[in-house]
This record gives sequence, structure tokens and C-alpha cells, in this order.
Amino acid sequence: MIAVKDIHKSFGKVRAVRGVSFGAPDGKITGLLGPNGAGKSTTLRVLYTVLKPDQGSATIDGSDVVSDSLAARKRIGALPHGAGLYPHLTARENIAYYARLCGLDKQAIDERVADIIDLLEIGDFSDRRTKGFSHGQRTKVALARALVHNPQNVILDEPSNGLDVMATRSLRELILKLRNAGRCVLFSSHVMQEVAALCDDIIIIANGKVAIDDSVEGIRNRTGCDDLEDAFVRAIEMVEAG
Amino acid sequence: MRTLFTVFVKEIIDNFRDRRTLASALIMGPLFGPMLFAFVINLSIERSLDDLDRILELPVIGAEHAPNLIRFLRSHNIEVIDGPADRAAAIAAVTLGGQDVVMIVPEEFGQQLADAIPAKIELISDQANTQAERDARRVRSALTGYSQELATLRLVARGVNPLVLRPINVDEIDVSTPSGRSAILLGMMSYFFIFALLMGGMYLAIDTTAGERERGSLEPLLSLPVTRDQLMLGKIAATCVFMAVSLLLSLCSFFVALKFMPLEQLGMTPNFGPDVVVAAFFVLVPFTLLGASLMTLVALFTKSYKEAQTWLSIVLIAPTLPILIVSILTLRPQLEFMFVPSLSQHLLLVDMIKNEPVNMLHVVISVASTLALGAVLTWICARLYRREGLLG
Repeated sequence: MIAVKDIHKSFGKVRAVRGVSFGAPDGKITGLLGPNGAGKSTTLRVLYTVLKPDQGSATIDGSDVVSDSLAARKRIGALPHGAGLYPHLTARENIAYYARLCGLDKQAIDERVADIIDLLEIGDFSDRRTKGFSHGQRTKVALARALVHNPQNVILDEPSNGLDVMATRSLRELILKLRNAGRCVLFSSHVMQEVAALCDDIIIIANGKVAIDDSVEGIRNRTGCDDLEDAFVRAIEMVEAG
Repeated sequence: MRTLFTVFVKEIIDNFRDRRTLASALIMGPLFGPMLFAFVINLSIERSLDDLDRILELPVIGAEHAPNLIRFLRSHNIEVIDGPADRAAAIAAVTLGGQDVVMIVPEEFGQQLADAIPAKIELISDQANTQAERDARRVRSALTGYSQELATLRLVARGVNPLVLRPINVDEIDVSTPSGRSAILLGMMSYFFIFALLMGGMYLAIDTTAGERERGSLEPLLSLPVTRDQLMLGKIAATCVFMAVSLLLSLCSFFVALKFMPLEQLGMTPNFGPDVVVAAFFVLVPFTLLGASLMTLVALFTKSYKEAQTWLSIVLIAPTLPILIVSILTLRPQLEFMFVPSLSQHLLLVDMIKNEPVNMLHVVISVASTLALGAVLTWICARLYRREGLLG
């Protein structure tokens, strides 16, 4: 369970996030939707503790991301935007490295790595060095790596970016599996259809603020638009109008 | 501790598979020194051998005015050839580098000699040109020999014992040993070792900082439930190991290379046996912590792999500075110098090569101060690694 309370974050003069609050419950898929530069990534980076908020707070299963960041990190698996692998290690070694860093013992590592390789269907290339992997292959390995320690909370920053149809489908199935297993899944995207098809709750962010936080139905009703894309544009216009 | 070890092992494996890191650690660093060294030594041996045997061609203006002098020069391996047309042409030729040295014998030379007044000879050379100056020196010393021979003859002709011209007989006794003479040239060996050591860890220092950021693998790594201090320490430890391996290889390659260098011809027998290799390794190995943390620290400030490479090349040269200053001022080893890393290692190594007793207090201070500085820099690296700006 993730709870975000009024976080602000500036980089120099750029105010990337100005007062974002929302909650992402367990057993639900929460989508962070917004145009480029809206503050989605910055919000997520605060949640997986690589950035500290200037103001406000956030908790992962009750652990504060600033004051108790180690405990918070134990409860999350994060896939940052454009996550890179170690090109001289095989996919399996990349995943096992993270498993070891997460403190799994030797036997558990082998089992978990094998499981996650099956789950993500990356067995065909799991023993090849990752140098020269396609974007889709890299994303899958990075995702496997993020999930290897079975985290309760999963944070994915634009996971479907640059994936082909088949890869997007299997990613969607994976996210649903995680939800059905009672996990809290929070992911960002700027692709409307994806969010609409997958999310239980949608948070539309624009200009570093939350425009709307509701279910798909709720958003349609509140904006008065049947088409989600129109609803999205309307919501952003509402924020920009103040 | 477990995290530290995991990071350490991963960095070792990862970089061991990287050809560039491996080449710089195992080939470039260890072989660069001995090869450059062999080149310099062979060059200087060749020069010192061929110098006196080589016939020097000396352009002379007015050779016909001093036939005896010309004969004397010829017996000293100096062959006289026709010089430029006149004095002005000679000066121009030497200035422009067409000639190295030109001798002018004036018309009145024979008459002045007969009258026993100092007979004038002009020698035109460019003293700033070292190659030309060697030839000029040979001519000058031949002329001095001729002058002395004439003086002796004159005294004998007047019934005076020529020994009156030598009131003092200076006898020099050189106590330098072949090992001691080696130290002058072999002093630069210590820098090659430090260079090899730093080279061995350079790409690792870049890869674990700027490289990891550029690849995008840093952010997911930092989102794992581990402290950044442990990540940093594991990375620095791996860099240290690469540096130590590179150092050891460099010492061994020098050991082998020295066997094939005709150093005896230069009057040198460096004391560089297996025992010195081992001792040198232990004197130099504390430098790995300092080198690894310094390189990591510099790389942490850079924005990209390329930028890190540029800055770290400067770090490669930095350890020469104290060595250079002390070499120029020709200072003897003192206690204070042992507090300066790279300089202390250099001085201790020179002592070993000279086969002089090594002061144990100096060794202790050198090791302790180098390790202490390395620890401070490592701590600073760990502090910087906690910063948010790290992600760029």
C-alpha cells in the first residue's frame, strides 16, 4: 500500500511536482497518467527513494520513504524509466545480482530466479549476456530483476514504452497476475488505452498537480466525456485553467 | 558486509569480462613501463657507444692556414671538410641548423703561433642545440688537447719541465656502486609502477560511477534495500583488487624485462631480484586504496563516461608531481617525505634498488599515511554517493 501526501519537488527553478497526494491500495492497479513532463517520473522516483521530497511525505506499507527509506525499499520493486542492465552479465546473472542484494539466501536465489524467468518467459535468452538485447528483452529482464524479491509494492515507470504488441500483452498479463496476488501495482503511462484497459484507479497528473483521481467510470462522469482521451484532455484543461 | 561482498564479486566478474578494462589492467599498464624503459635504455646505450668511434665531419674555413692542427684533429676521429664561403655564411648555416658546428682558422693563425701570442680560432655552434653541442664539445676538447701539446713542446724547447704547469693533480675516487648509479635511471621505475596501478583500476572507477549512471543501471540499483555506503565500499574494494593485480604484473614484467637489458654496459646493476619484487609490492599496495578512492571521487563528479576518462587521465599524471619536484631538487630521503604518498613509495623503492638498508620507520609512516589518506577519500566518496545529484 502506497500513500502519498502533498509532496513537492523542485529542480532549481523547475517545479516538477507541486503538491501531489494519492493512495494506491493493495490488490489494485493504480495508473499515473499525464502528458510528458507532468511530474509522473519525479513522483515515482520519490516513492522508490532515489529523490527526497522538498515538502510532504510518502509511505510504503507505513514506512516513510525519507526517514525509514531502507524499510520502504524492502517493500518495493521498482522499474525506473529506461532502466539499464549490466551488459557483460547474462540476464540470469543480472537478476541473481539483485536477488543477492535483496538479501535472499543462496537456495532461495536459484529458485526465485528460475521462477521469475518462467513467469516472464525469458528462458530463451536468460543465459546470454545482455549486451545487444532488444529493448523489449531488456525491459523484461529489468522487470524480472525488480520483482525477484517478491515485493508487495510494484512501481513501474512507463513500463510499456517501446514494447511491441506481444510484449505489451504479456506485460499486461503480468500486471494483472500481480494484482490478483494481492499486490499493490502503481505504474505510469501516457498511453490512454493501456491505462483504461488495466487500471482500477486512474490518477491524472498535469503541471505537477493531481487533476483527477478516480475510477475509469468516475472520470467519464466527472468530465462529461465518454471517450477517455477526451476526458484526459478535459481534465488537463481544467488544471491549466486553475 | 554481505552486500559489500556481493557488489565486490559482481564488479570483479563484470569488469573481468570487459575487454577494455582488462586490457588496461593486464596489458597496457604492466607492459607500457618496461617497454618504454627498454627503449630509453637501449637508445642511451647506443648513443654512448657510437659517440667516440663515430667520425665527426667538421666544416672548416681556412684549413690551409693550420695544416698541423688539421692533422691532429684527423688523428682524433675528426675529419675536416670544406666549410661555408665566409664567416657570415657559417653563422647563417649554424643558426638555420644546416651545420652543427663550424671552425674558422684566420689567415694570421700561423703567424700568431710563430710569435707565441695566443692564436685565435673561432668555433661557431648553437649551445642550445644538445645534439650539436655534443659535436662542439668534441671539437673543443680536441682543440684543448692540441693547445696543451703545443704548450708542453714550448716549455720543453725552453728547457722548462712541463710539470710546472700542473701544480695540482686531482685524483677523483667515485664511490658510487653499480646499484647506486642504476637508481638515477631506475628512479623513474617507481612512477611506472604507480602508473600501472592506477591504469589497472581506471576503467573500473569510471564504470562503477559515471558508467553505471550513463547506462541507466544506477537508479534501479539505488532503489534496492541496501545502503549506499555498502555499494560504494564494494565498488572501491573491487577497484583496489584490479589495481593490485595490475601492480603485481607490472613488477613481474619489469623483473623479466631487466634481465634482457644490457644495463652492465652503462655501469649499472639494479638490485631487483624476487625479494625486492615482493617487498616493492607491499610498499606500493597501500597506494591502491588511495588510487581507487581518488579515481572514484573524481569520476563521481563527472557527468559522462567520456568526461570521466578525460579527468582521470589527469589523475594518472598527478602522482608524478611530488616525485618530479624531489628529483629536480635532488633531495635526500627525509622523515617528512614519508607522509607524502607516491613520493614516499618512490623514495623507498629507490633505496631498495640501490641496495641500501630501508628504514623501517619510514616504511611504517609511508604505509600508514597512504592508507589514512585513502580512508579519508573513501569516506568522502561514500558521503557524495548519498547525494541526490548523483543521478545527474
